Amino acid sequence: MRIVGRGRVDRTITVPFTFDGRRFWGHEGDTLASALMANGVRMVGRSFKYHRPRGIFSAGSEEPSALVTIGHGTARTPNVRAPMQELYEGLSARSQNAWPSLSRDLLALNDLLAPFLGAGFYYKTFMWPRAFWERVYEPAIRRAAGPGALSGQADAARYDKAFAHCDVLVIGGGPSGLMAALVAGRAGSDVILAEEDRKFGGRLLAETEEVDGQPGPDWAAGVVAELTALPNVRLMPRTTVTGAYDQGTYAALERVGLHLAAPHPDAPLETFWRIVARRTVLAAGALERAIAFPDNDRPGIMQAGAVRAYLHRWGVAAGRNVTVFTNNDSGHRTARDLRAAGVDVAGVVDARPDAPDSADYPVFAAGHVVGTSGRHGLREIRVRHAGGQRQLATDCLAVSGGWNPSVHLACHMNARPVWHEGIAGFVAPDGAVPGMAAAGAARGLFSTAGCLADGAEAARAALADLGVTVTSVEVPRAEDGAYDIAPLWHVPGKGRAWLDYQNDVTVKDVEMAAHQNFASAEHMKRYTTQGMAPDQGKTSNVAALAVLAEATGRTIPQTGTTTYRPPYTPVSIAAMGAGGRGKGFAPERFTPSHAACVRRDAPMVEAGLWYRPSYFPLNGETSWRDSCDREVRMVRERVGICDVSTLGKIDVQGPDATAFLDLVYANTISTLRVGRVRYGIMLREDGHVMDDGTCARLGPHHYLVTTTTAAAGPVMRHMEFVHQCLAPRLDVRFIPVTEQWAQFAIAGPRSRDLLNALLDTSIDGQDFPFMACGAVGLMGVAGRLFRISFSGEHGYELAVPARFGAALFRQLLCLAEPFGGGPYGMEALNVLRIEKGFLTHAELDGRTTAFDLGLGRMVSPGKDCIGKAAARRPGLCGASREQLVGLKPVAPEGRLTPGAHLFAEGAQAVRVNDQGHVTSACHSPTLGHEIALAFLKDGRARHGRRMRSVDHLLGVETLCEVCDPVFFDPEGARARG
Amino acid sequence: MARLLVTPATGALPVTAGGMTLSLTDPGCITSLAPWRGAGMALSKALRAAHGVDFPDPGRISTSGTTRCLWAGRDQAFLVGPAPDSAALADHAALTDQSDAWAVMRLDGPGARDVLARLTPLDLRAQVFEPGHTARTLLGQMNAVLSRDAANGYEIMVFRSMTATALHELTEAMKSVTAQGGADPSPG
Repeated sequence: MRIVGRGRVDRTITVPFTFDGRRFWGHEGDTLASALMANGVRMVGRSFKYHRPRGIFSAGSEEPSALVTIGHGTARTPNVRAPMQELYEGLSARSQNAWPSLSRDLLALNDLLAPFLGAGFYYKTFMWPRAFWERVYEPAIRRAAGPGALSGQADAARYDKAFAHCDVLVIGGGPSGLMAALVAGRAGSDVILAEEDRKFGGRLLAETEEVDGQPGPDWAAGVVAELTALPNVRLMPRTTVTGAYDQGTYAALERVGLHLAAPHPDAPLETFWRIVARRTVLAAGALERAIAFPDNDRPGIMQAGAVRAYLHRWGVAAGRNVTVFTNNDSGHRTARDLRAAGVDVAGVVDARPDAPDSADYPVFAAGHVVGTSGRHGLREIRVRHAGGQRQLATDCLAVSGGWNPSVHLACHMNARPVWHEGIAGFVAPDGAVPGMAAAGAARGLFSTAGCLADGAEAARAALADLGVTVTSVEVPRAEDGAYDIAPLWHVPGKGRAWLDYQNDVTVKDVEMAAHQNFASAEHMKRYTTQGMAPDQGKTSNVAALAVLAEATGRTIPQTGTTTYRPPYTPVSIAAMGAGGRGKGFAPERFTPSHAACVRRDAPMVEAGLWYRPSYFPLNGETSWRDSCDREVRMVRERVGICDVSTLGKIDVQGPDATAFLDLVYANTISTLRVGRVRYGIMLREDGHVMDDGTCARLGPHHYLVTTTTAAAGPVMRHMEFVHQCLAPRLDVRFIPVTEQWAQFAIAGPRSRDLLNALLDTSIDGQDFPFMACGAVGLMGVAGRLFRISFSGEHGYELAVPARFGAALFRQLLCLAEPFGGGPYGMEALNVLRIEKGFLTHAELDGRTTAFDLGLGRMVSPGKDCIGKAAARRPGLCGASREQLVGLKPVAPEGRLTPGAHLFAEGAQAVRVNDQGHVTSACHSPTLGHEIALAFLKDGRARHGRRMRSVDHLLGVETLCEVCDPVFFDPEGARARG
Repeated sequence: MARLLVTPATGALPVTAGGMTLSLTDPGCITSLAPWRGAGMALSKALRAAHGVDFPDPGRISTSGTTRCLWAGRDQAFLVGPAPDSAALADHAALTDQSDAWAVMRLDGPGARDVLARLTPLDLRAQVFEPGHTARTLLGQMNAVLSRDAANGYEIMVFRSMTATALHELTEAMKSVTAQGGADPSPG
């Protein structure tokens, strides 16, 4: 019900919206909660567990009850707190957890079963049979309970992540925060003022107080105008700071488009900020707490402070005939303000025996509300007071159990808040988050004058820390009342008294936890689920601790709090993962030949972040095997071209480059001549093989190290570690040049013929023997040529600066064609190397040693190297190790699959009989049957023996013969020829 | 004689949004200079004699005309612009050609900082990251060299192979900032 002349919504603008399909109208400036209340909608949802009718409880982000679902389809968002949702034209809200409708909800039956469904019920009841929990009980319970549901479709909306930096971060834009921002802003520091609401002012917007002789909201608007004009201040409305992290880093969620009927398609709905601040003022205010009394959860029972907020900010009366239940003076303020606005007040029930009297409404001193009635909304309360008992007809009960300072962020780094007897509440401990200080209500100061002065002082202190002196700060005049409270946590009596509205936890549940000896706050929380709902118990935690303290005979500070953890309010995963959808998941790295490969319809396969062609299909080829077999034969018989730019390349230079490489490589590099290449392996410090590759000596003190595609980064990191930590005195410098060079393998018997059609100066076997390298010129470009082979054929790798890569690939393919050659992809490359027994990270899996791989002799006995000592540890070599072998099927059509395990003939294929496993397998078009590389216990001594290869996943079992891992051209004559 | 043609790192630039322009630039040669042990001063002297620039302090760029020297890491700087005078420098440092390793882009216009604030954790406030400053940092999930050379002008270097992703990330952020009303005049 709107009150004429009250509130600050713009009544000239009418905003239509729907709730559960019914059409309503609100005004510009309304929230969904204020608009529903103005339209007389009291019940807005059903509770989590018992499906109890619930209404609007608060006017802020602490709302436990009024959760709704906004929007439809992919834009559907469940569990939106109605007071946080700004109204916009066409907003569609629906109630949750009710079927078939909010007023006739079948699962309200749960409420009748309440005596059996208390805390711990599930744990005790659904114990047997054991297997039923996951398949029967839990799904059934989940269907009956739980808040709103996701759409099940991918969220198509846009979200952002961003970073911000400042000298002073002010969290909260109430009187304390505004003063802090003003002082820091005027002093010239970079200030960020983050406010959860759309408007700055905090409680000033919800009360009728004057600041400096002006109405509070006007004073706040004036401050905002000044701050807006300051170039060093950034105002961030609609931004909730959700977490405090190390080194002055804060997480914050900005609602950018959630209040708009038609958000810009390029703008995010929300932005997840990481704000780094040198100093922080926590001016997060305080949250009003409830009092637990029987049936205190009916729609119409709400925070007394929220009743004032709806009246003063939105011009809405929360009821026609309001009662107040309070244990402190602020409840009386609600009654006075309502009377002044012409709303009937049926009485104030004040728990304090010395309650202040009033001429305007009846006061029931030493009064308790002991019961309520009204099925879908409050109709009547029963009051016991100093003068006896009575019933009051009322449609709204405004409750104030006192105020809890918002200490959450101050406790995110594991501090516990400190009990403050004077306000019967917890306050933030000093220094709990480095660089942060609490101010105002967040520090337990509940008068406006106190908050203004404290905000100014907090900013002054923060600036002093930063070396900025602020001499005089003028604090505006404001109300400076005392806060008089006599703690009352719950009213004893029959009927359920609710503490946690969002998770349906009652006083009895907490007492039950205590009786079952779940007496610590952390245990009570988990036993009852109190404080574990999305609202994290903002309005219930302290009261629950008080009940626990009473039930266990301890004081509240003795009982202690549970751990405060981020986020302060729920953060959508979409915002935290902003930009990570689709191609945003990881960077894509494209080779110089990428476009040409795509044009040839080559399917791409991911290799780390790189995309490489699998194979190049030709007309008439029906499967990848057709293409792969053809490409293998092409390389073995003619010539093939493959882009190998993805392999890691590290340029190593320096007077001590040779000594350094002798240290990082297991084999010797110092004996390598200039203009020659050597295959090498590097060990980790623990003695296992890290990576393999080639090392080319380009000059006396200049080398090019190559790595596998996957290990380019790790090898560079390893070399940096060795240089910086283990051998800092070596004068050596290295830098990745992977991206600098486009590099192509040219492999096959016709490779030299092809090169001689391309190079400025032709080469022959004399000046360019196997494992030679050198500078070459081609078509006006300076390149590098390496005679190395990963296929076992006569082959080269030719490198040019990356800008020429695409052109060179085109040119190589043109030249290959007359020879019957062409491009080959990863599939053929893999078959070619398996036929030759060459290694990849399928074999270098981090668990294998040089001994296992048959490379034991590469670990040079004549020098030290990283990992050498560790590689000699017992157990890392010998017959007990699984050693690299080849496998070929006994029957020509036998299948070999990677991942299969090896068992002795006649042994059962079970774990204890495991003798090894297959790492790589393929069909060899050269040999006409399948081949595999495998690790087999004592494998090198078992060549010629038969083993069973069993792939339990694919259901493939093959009898195979153990052989040398080099299947083709074991002498290496083809590569040397 | 036929010549190999140059393929630029991307053909999709420039793009514009809300007064901002993202463009591809050709900075000339990029040469990594890594001084030998104890040769930092000698390198700086040789560098000044040969190219008119000093070896830069961490996070800084030294400039002389179109020649720039960007700090690029511990004991490392990139000489950008001219081909290096190897004869003068090689005694004091390891020289490595990086000209083709990087795609070099520019982002200019009001709001450029807000765009970058969506992609890099770097403190880009005017008085912290001034014109003439450079940093090795993140652009989204990518390694990048970010330099500022004007009030609203930044140079962004990413690995050549990642150009497409960098372009995607930057243009998306440009669209977002533009849709939210453009540049935020305040600090942070």
